[in-house]
Amino acid sequence: MEKQQDNILDQVTNSDYKYGFYTDIEMETAPVGLSEDTIKYISKKKNEPEWLLAFRLNAYRYWLTLEEPTWAHLHHPPINYQDIIYYAAPKKKKELQSLDEVDPELLNTFNKLGISLEEQKKLTGVAVDAVIDSVSVKTTFSDTLAKHGIIFCSFSEAVQNHPELVKQYMGSVVPSNDNYFAALNSAVFSDGSFCYIPKGVRCPIELSTYFRINAANTGQFERTLIIADEEAYVSYMEGCTAPMRDENQLHAAIVEIVAMKDAEVKYSTVQNWYPGNKNGEGGIYNFVTKRGICKGNNAKISWTQVETGSAITWKYPSVVLMGDNSIGEFYSVAVTNNYQQADTGTKMIHIGKNTKSTIVSKGISAGFSNNSYRGLVKVIKRAENARNFSQCDSLLLGDKCGAHTYPYIKTGNSSSIVEHEATTSKISDDQLFYCKQRGIDTEKAVGLIVNGYAKEVLQHLPMEFAVEAQKLLSISLEGSVG
Amino acid sequence: MLSIRNLKVSIKGKEILKDVNLEVKEGEVHAIMGPNGTGKSTLSYAISGREGYDVEGQIIFKGKNILDLSVEERACEGIFLGFQYPVEIPGVSISNFLRTAMNEQRKYRGLDPISGQEFLAKMEEKKKLLDLPEKLAGRSVNEGFSGGEKKKNEIFQMAMLEPTLSILDETDSGLDIDALRVVATGVNKLRRPDNATIVITHYQRLLDYIVPDFVHVLYDGRIVKSGTKELALELEEKGYEWLKNGI
Amino acid sequence: MAEKRDLVMDVINATNLVQSFSEVFKQQFENTAEDASPFFQNERKKAFQNFEKYGFPQKNMENWRNTDLSKALSENYTLFTSQPDPKLDIDTIFKCNVPHFETLLLSTLNGWYVSNHGALQTLDNGVVYGSMRAAAKEYAPLVEKYFRTALNDSKEGLIHLNTAMMQDGIFIYVPANVSVDKTFQMVSLINTQENVFLNQRNLIILGENSHLRLAQCDESINNGTTFINSVTEIFMDKSSTLDHYKLQNKDDKTTLINSTYFVQQQGSVLNTNAITLNGALVRNYSNVQLLGSHSEANVYGLYLMDKEQHVDNQVFIHHAVPECQSNELFKGVLDDQASAVFNGHILVARDAQQTNAYQTNRNILLTDKAIIDTKPFLEIYADDVKCSHGATIGQLDAEAMFYIRSRGISEASAKIMLMYAFAAEVLNKISIEELRTRMDDMVKKRLRGELSNCEQCVLNCSNKENKKINFAIDMSKI
Repeated sequence: MEKQQDNILDQVTNSDYKYGFYTDIEMETAPVGLSEDTIKYISKKKNEPEWLLAFRLNAYRYWLTLEEPTWAHLHHPPINYQDIIYYAAPKKKKELQSLDEVDPELLNTFNKLGISLEEQKKLTGVAVDAVIDSVSVKTTFSDTLAKHGIIFCSFSEAVQNHPELVKQYMGSVVPSNDNYFAALNSAVFSDGSFCYIPKGVRCPIELSTYFRINAANTGQFERTLIIADEEAYVSYMEGCTAPMRDENQLHAAIVEIVAMKDAEVKYSTVQNWYPGNKNGEGGIYNFVTKRGICKGNNAKISWTQVETGSAITWKYPSVVLMGDNSIGEFYSVAVTNNYQQADTGTKMIHIGKNTKSTIVSKGISAGFSNNSYRGLVKVIKRAENARNFSQCDSLLLGDKCGAHTYPYIKTGNSSSIVEHEATTSKISDDQLFYCKQRGIDTEKAVGLIVNGYAKEVLQHLPMEFAVEAQKLLSISLEGSVG
Repeated sequence: MLSIRNLKVSIKGKEILKDVNLEVKEGEVHAIMGPNGTGKSTLSYAISGREGYDVEGQIIFKGKNILDLSVEERACEGIFLGFQYPVEIPGVSISNFLRTAMNEQRKYRGLDPISGQEFLAKMEEKKKLLDLPEKLAGRSVNEGFSGGEKKKNEIFQMAMLEPTLSILDETDSGLDIDALRVVATGVNKLRRPDNATIVITHYQRLLDYIVPDFVHVLYDGRIVKSGTKELALELEEKGYEWLKNGI
Repeated sequence: MAEKRDLVMDVINATNLVQSFSEVFKQQFENTAEDASPFFQNERKKAFQNFEKYGFPQKNMENWRNTDLSKALSENYTLFTSQPDPKLDIDTIFKCNVPHFETLLLSTLNGWYVSNHGALQTLDNGVVYGSMRAAAKEYAPLVEKYFRTALNDSKEGLIHLNTAMMQDGIFIYVPANVSVDKTFQMVSLINTQENVFLNQRNLIILGENSHLRLAQCDESINNGTTFINSVTEIFMDKSSTLDHYKLQNKDDKTTLINSTYFVQQQGSVLNTNAITLNGALVRNYSNVQLLGSHSEANVYGLYLMDKEQHVDNQVFIHHAVPECQSNELFKGVLDDQASAVFNGHILVARDAQQTNAYQTNRNILLTDKAIIDTKPFLEIYADDVKCSHGATIGQLDAEAMFYIRSRGISEASAKIMLMYAFAAEVLNKISIEELRTRMDDMVKKRLRGELSNCEQCVLNCSNKENKKINFAIDMSKI
C-alpha cells in the first residue's frame, strides 16, 4: 500500500500557473543597477520633497553597511543587486481623470486576473488599489471613501497630498535600519498603498491592493502604510501575481500598520507570486517586512496570510503589543511545492499589560520543497498577565520535502502564560482510502483534506478571499499528490 | 447483482481468503458471520477495492468484473462500505465531504452536480428518516464522535449516497442497544427492491433487527455453510465450535 | 606512566585568553613525551587549530545567544597539566552517603583520575574502568577506534579545546552481554585554593547487549572560581542499555559546561536525566545520534534555580535512520533573577521514516526578574513520522490549588505539593530506586529551602566549614 501511495505521490501532472501571462505595455524604466543616482532618479520621477530623498539616501547608506541575512532556512544563489531595474512604470501620457483613460491593455491585465477595476466592483464592496510593477495605476472608490474621511490612495499621492501623515508614520513601525531588506526598500521603494481611517470611523467596505509584477528584470519594492485612528476599523486585503519567467525576480516590500486606542486592523494576504516551474527555475524572491503596532489600549491587529506563491518567501508579519489589553493575531497557511522554499512566521512582542496574542500556523510541504515556521514570542518584564497561544502544524505530502518549526520564546514575567504546540503529520492512507471509497479521486481528496486542515486559518479571511484561497490551495498542490 | 467467484485474497504473501463464492441478488440482505480473524473485513476490503491486497478470482458487479477498477470507481459504480472503524478527518465538515462525494459520483454517472438547495433538502430528508440530530452536518467528519455517532454517521452517508450495494462491516461493534436499533432501523428503511446489503457481523444480535435473507459462515478463508436466518440462531446457540467439528 | 613531576600549574591569563591557552598548549601538550602517541599528538594538534578557528563562545553565536560566558572567561585560571600525587588517599577526601546505595566509585580530583587501586581495574566479567589517560596507552587500539568519532565536525571551540588540552578523565568499557549490577558513580571533585580551568574527557563504551547504570555527580568544594569544560563520548552498541543520571549541585562560583555525545546502534536504549539543583552557570549539551533502527533515546531534565543562577539545556537529537524513538521532557522552576535556556533540536533525516519524536519543555516563573528562553525546534525531512513539541511558561494551576486547599491544606503546603508534583514527573523517570528516593528527598529540601552544599548525595567533604547556602524559594512570591 505504501508503495502505491508513493507512486501516487510521484505522479506529476502539469498544472500551469494561470497568472503567468505577460502584458505588453509601454514602460518607463530606470537604468539597471543601484546607486545614489538610481535613488535620485526615482525620487525625481516621483517629484518627491527633499526630506523623502534624504530618508531614502540615509537608508541606502545604511544598507551598504549590511550583509544579506543568512539565518533563515533558505538557499539561493547570491542576488546581484546591480542586475535589477529598480523602477518600472507604465508610461503615462497624462494624469488619469477616469477609468476610461487607463491603458486598455492594463485593464485587460486586471480583468484576466479577475480584478475588475470598474465600478461593478462596487457590488462586491471592495475598493481596489492596483499596483503594477512599481506604480499604483488606479485606485477605485476613493471618492466614496472620502465621504467618510477615509484616505485610500497610492503611496505617491499620499506623499503629495498628505505629507504630514506620511512624514509622521512612515518608518515608525519598520525603521529604515530594521533589517537588510527593509533598508533596501526604504531606499528604492517606488509606490504602494496608503490608508488612513479617521477617529471613530468603521470603513464600510473592504480595502484591497492588488500587486502585479509585469516587466522583466525588475524588482518590486512597494510599501504600504495603514493608520487606524482611535476607535477606527478597517479590513484590508492584498493579492499578488507575476508572469512566468525563467529568471528570479526580487520583491522586497514593507507594510506598516498603526492601530491607535480601540482601533482594529485586519490585514489579509493571498500571496501567489509566480513560484517558479516544477524544476525550480524562475519565480519570485519574496523578502517582506510586515509589522503592526498596537499603539493605544485595546487596539487589535490581525494578520491572515495564505502563502502559495514565490520561489522564496521570507516574511514575518508581526505585532508590537504596546497598549494595555491589546491583541495580536497571526493566522497563516503556507504551501510549498516543487522546489519552493518558505521561511515564514511572526513576532509577537508583549509590552502592555493583559496583552493577548494567538498564532495559528499551518505549513504544507510537497515535492522537494522546504517549509519553515519561525516565530518569536517575547514577553517583557512589565507585561503583566500577558497571554500567548501558538499552534504550529506541519503537513508533509511526500518524502522528499521538509517541514521545520523554529519557535523562539522569551518570557520575563511571572504572571504571563505562554503555550506553544506543534505537530507534524502526513495525510494518512486511511483518510485517503475513506475519501476514495466514497468516490472522490485522490487529487480531490487531498484538496479536501488540505482545505480541512487549513480551515482554522481560512475562516479568518474575508469572504471574497476565502473562496479564492481555497481554490488556490488545491491548485498549488496539483500534481504533488497524484 | 454481485457475483463472487473463486476469490482468493492475500496480504504480503499471507493468504486470508482461500476460495470464496457468493451470489447476491437485488433486494436481498446477506449476513456474513464468523469468528474473529477469518477474513470478514478482508472480504469487504476486497470488494470495495482497498489497495495492498493481492486478489485472484472474479468479482462481478452488475455484470462487470470490477477487479481492475479503483476504489473510487467502485464507489461510483454503487458500492458503499460502512467502516468498522471510521477514520477522523479534522476540519472537513460532513456536509462538504458528502456533497463532494455525491457530485463526484454524479459526474461519473453523467449527471449534473446537485444544487445547494437540493442537497440541503436531501440532508434534511435523510436526517429525518434516520432521526439524527440537527447539528450533525456542521461537524467535522468523525472528529470527536462517540462510537455510536460514528456508526450513525456511516448510515447517514449511506442514505445520502444511495448505493446499489452496501457492505456494513461490524456495524454493531461498540454499540449499545439503543444505538443498534437506530442503525438497524436506518438500514431497514433504506432497503429497496433494487438494492442489496451485506451485513458483516460477529454476533447474531444485529440480525434480530436486520433480518437477512441468507446467512453465510466464513471460516478459515472459505464460506463453509450457507442457509437462511435460522442458521444464525443455530450458530448462536451452538457456537462456532459446532461448525469446526462439522468440517 | 612517566616519571612523577611536581604538580604543574600553568596560569591562563584572561586578558588574552586564546593566546594564553596557545602558549600552554605549545609547552605542555603539543609534543610532550608523556603523551607522545602519534595518534593523540595529531588529534591534539588538529583540535587546537580548530579551537583557534572557532574560539570561545560569543553572545552573537546562535547557540550561545542566551548564555553569557564573558564573566566566567574574564578570570585568570590555573590549569592542572599534570596528575596529582598518585598516593593520595581518596577516602580521606570524600565518601558517598546515599543510604543503601552501593556504587563503584570513579573519582576525579581537579580533572585527574584518582584511585587507591591503580589507574585501571578489570572486573571478573571483563569490565574495565579507570583513567582515560591510562586507557589510551593500555588499550590504544580500542580507544583510538572510538575517541573523537562522536564529535563529528563540531563548530564549538570549547569541544576542540577539550580535545587539544584534555588532561584526564574516566574510561569505562563494558564487554558484550555483560550487565553491570552495581551503579558506576562518577564524581568530579575540585579541591584547591586556586581558580581552576578543567578540561576533563571521558570515554564510555558499551558492548552489544550490555547494560550499564551511570550516575555522574558534579560537586565542588573550591574556594576559587572554577570553569569546567567536560566532554564525554558514549558509544552504545546493538541492544545495549544505558541509564545515565547527572546530578548537579554546584556552588555559586562554578561554571560547568558539560557536553555529552551519545552514539546509539540498533535496538539500544538510552535513558539520561540531568537534575540541576544549583550552579552559578550550568550548561548541559546532549548530542544523541540514533544510527541504528529501533533505538530509543529518553532525554529528561529538571532544574530548580534561584538567585542569579543560570542553567542552559541544549539537546540535539539526530534521527538518522528509520523506526527510532526519542522523548524529551525538561521542566524547570525559576526564582529570583535566575534564568534558564532550553534549546531542543530534533532532526529527522530524509528517509528516517516511522520516527517518533516528542519534545516537551515546561517552566514556572516565580518572579518578574527570572527569565526563560525556550526554543523547541523541529527539522523534518521525512513524511511518515510522528513528531510533536510543546513548550509552556506559566504558573501553578489555580484550580488545583483551590482543590487542595478546599480539603484543608494550607496555601504554602499546597504550593510545595504542586511544585513537587511538577518536578516529580521528571524524578519518576529515574529507574534506580535508591537514587530516586534520594533525589526526591533533595528536591523536597530544595523546595523548602533546606538543602545545603554539604548535604549531597556523594560528598562528605573534608572542608568541614558549614557552607550552607540559602536556596530557599520564596513562597510568598508564588
